[in-house]
Amino acid sequence: MKLILSTATAALIAGGALAQDVVRMGTEGAYPPYNYIDDDGEVAGFERELGDELCARAELTCEWVTNDWDSIIPNLVSGNYDTIIAGMSITDERDEVIDFTQDYYPPTESAYVAASEDVDVTSGVVSAQTATIQAGHVAESGASLLEYATPDETVAAVRSGEADAVFADYDYLLPIVEASGGELMFVGDRVPLGGGVGMGLRESDTDLREAMDAAISSMKEDGTLNELLVKWFGDQVATY
Amino acid sequence: MFAACADPASLEGLTWLACYLTTGKHMAIYWSVGTVLLLLAITAPVALAFGFGGAVMARSHIPPVAWIGRGYIAVVRGVPDIAFFLFFVIALDQAFEYVRHRIKCPDWTDPVRQGNDFLVCPAAKLPLSTAPEWVHETYGFLVAVLTFSIVFGAFAANVLYGAMRAVPHAQIETAEAYGMTRRQTFRRILVPQMWVYALPGLSNLWMVLVKATPLLFLLGVEDIVYWARELGGTKTPQFTDYPHGDWRMWYFLALLVFYLGVTKVSEIGLERLMRRLSHGQATTGGELLRKEVTQ
Repeated sequence: MKLILSTATAALIAGGALAQDVVRMGTEGAYPPYNYIDDDGEVAGFERELGDELCARAELTCEWVTNDWDSIIPNLVSGNYDTIIAGMSITDERDEVIDFTQDYYPPTESAYVAASEDVDVTSGVVSAQTATIQAGHVAESGASLLEYATPDETVAAVRSGEADAVFADYDYLLPIVEASGGELMFVGDRVPLGGGVGMGLRESDTDLREAMDAAISSMKEDGTLNELLVKWFGDQVATY
Repeated sequence: MFAACADPASLEGLTWLACYLTTGKHMAIYWSVGTVLLLLAITAPVALAFGFGGAVMARSHIPPVAWIGRGYIAVVRGVPDIAFFLFFVIALDQAFEYVRHRIKCPDWTDPVRQGNDFLVCPAAKLPLSTAPEWVHETYGFLVAVLTFSIVFGAFAANVLYGAMRAVPHAQIETAEAYGMTRRQTFRRILVPQMWVYALPGLSNLWMVLVKATPLLFLLGVEDIVYWARELGGTKTPQFTDYPHGDWRMWYFLALLVFYLGVTKVSEIGLERLMRRLSHGQATTGGELLRKEVTQ
């Protein structure tokens, strides 16, 4: 019995390039247009479409799960899901703990949004989401950093007057500014931050990383990734 | 949901609201109410069992057993819930997987710890990575129940430990004078009488437990507070058919009503239980009940 079991295990490892055939995709679900929960309660957005396409190309079955941004890396490392696809910028600090695929979104620009034109973003109170590159930037910029657990709360803080400005990805803020009817506006200069957005994986999951990397490359080559980027982020977006 | 909801932009007033409140997303929050109530219904008795076990161990005359009981109470009570939830659950999950790994894959040669990663063979994964989504969700839920039970069990243990010492000593002496063994005294005299002393403390714990459910989201279980925050946040027209401003206040108001409702129902229930337990007890409450009957 023991022999059969171990042979079976060996066959399982040798048989497929990937030990798993269901890949659990972890996302935040609160960061439109990257990822959000639609009216039907399903994960939607750029990363949903991208992720489904990547899984189709890598011939994997994918399931979507949402997780708090705060604990998104610990839960990946402990195996609650297999990838992080949540608008996460590739940074050296994160790369020490997890691995990234190549970027599927070029290095992003972050921007300040405030309720009035005359806000000084280097001395006022600036809100940002906890554990993001934006929070790190604000902390170094001289402004007082006000951290929130979700992106939505960072914007709500500006509306309520708790913060003078919010600092986040330009693409996240753009639809909000457009929908606010003049209440909110971009202030200051945009700041290029991070090394592009990539998919996060456990350092030991090299097979899965290679499969996803190959799928991203093929999407870059045939232009489908650019189409997706334009669809979700508009004509102004940087493409490959 | 309804046929009239096909074009939300044209809806107004109550129809809009009816359609809005029955979107798939809102169904999720209604489900999560059930999840929370189920969690409470399972956790409360399990935590009480943990507490009872802990209290009995802490009272034990065998030193190592007493140390375990007292250690459990002291350590778990001392660690902040949020740290416990972030660290312990992950450790617990890995412990399960490690045991399964040792049993199922004896020939596995790679180290289990590789840098930050915890790697067991695919057959030892909990749940298996091939399992359908509902298995993952149920597993997450059960781990949550277990963690809540261990945390609240420690507090319950302390309450029960105190309650056991509060039972009048004369009762124990009388039992011994009747020739009951320690075991009999414990079962027939101590345990039936301790509940009345334990109930105020336990009812506090119950209330704290009811309010602690938002910690669930740390474990990946979507609870009502998560959904209220998600649904109430500002929705821009690009990403939804039902755009609205910051409605978190209304959602949290609904939560307030829900929690107050749970509190009220609990109070009524606990009051009745207290009355029942006070019957024939040598306490002020018991004395009042006796007078009611005799007058």
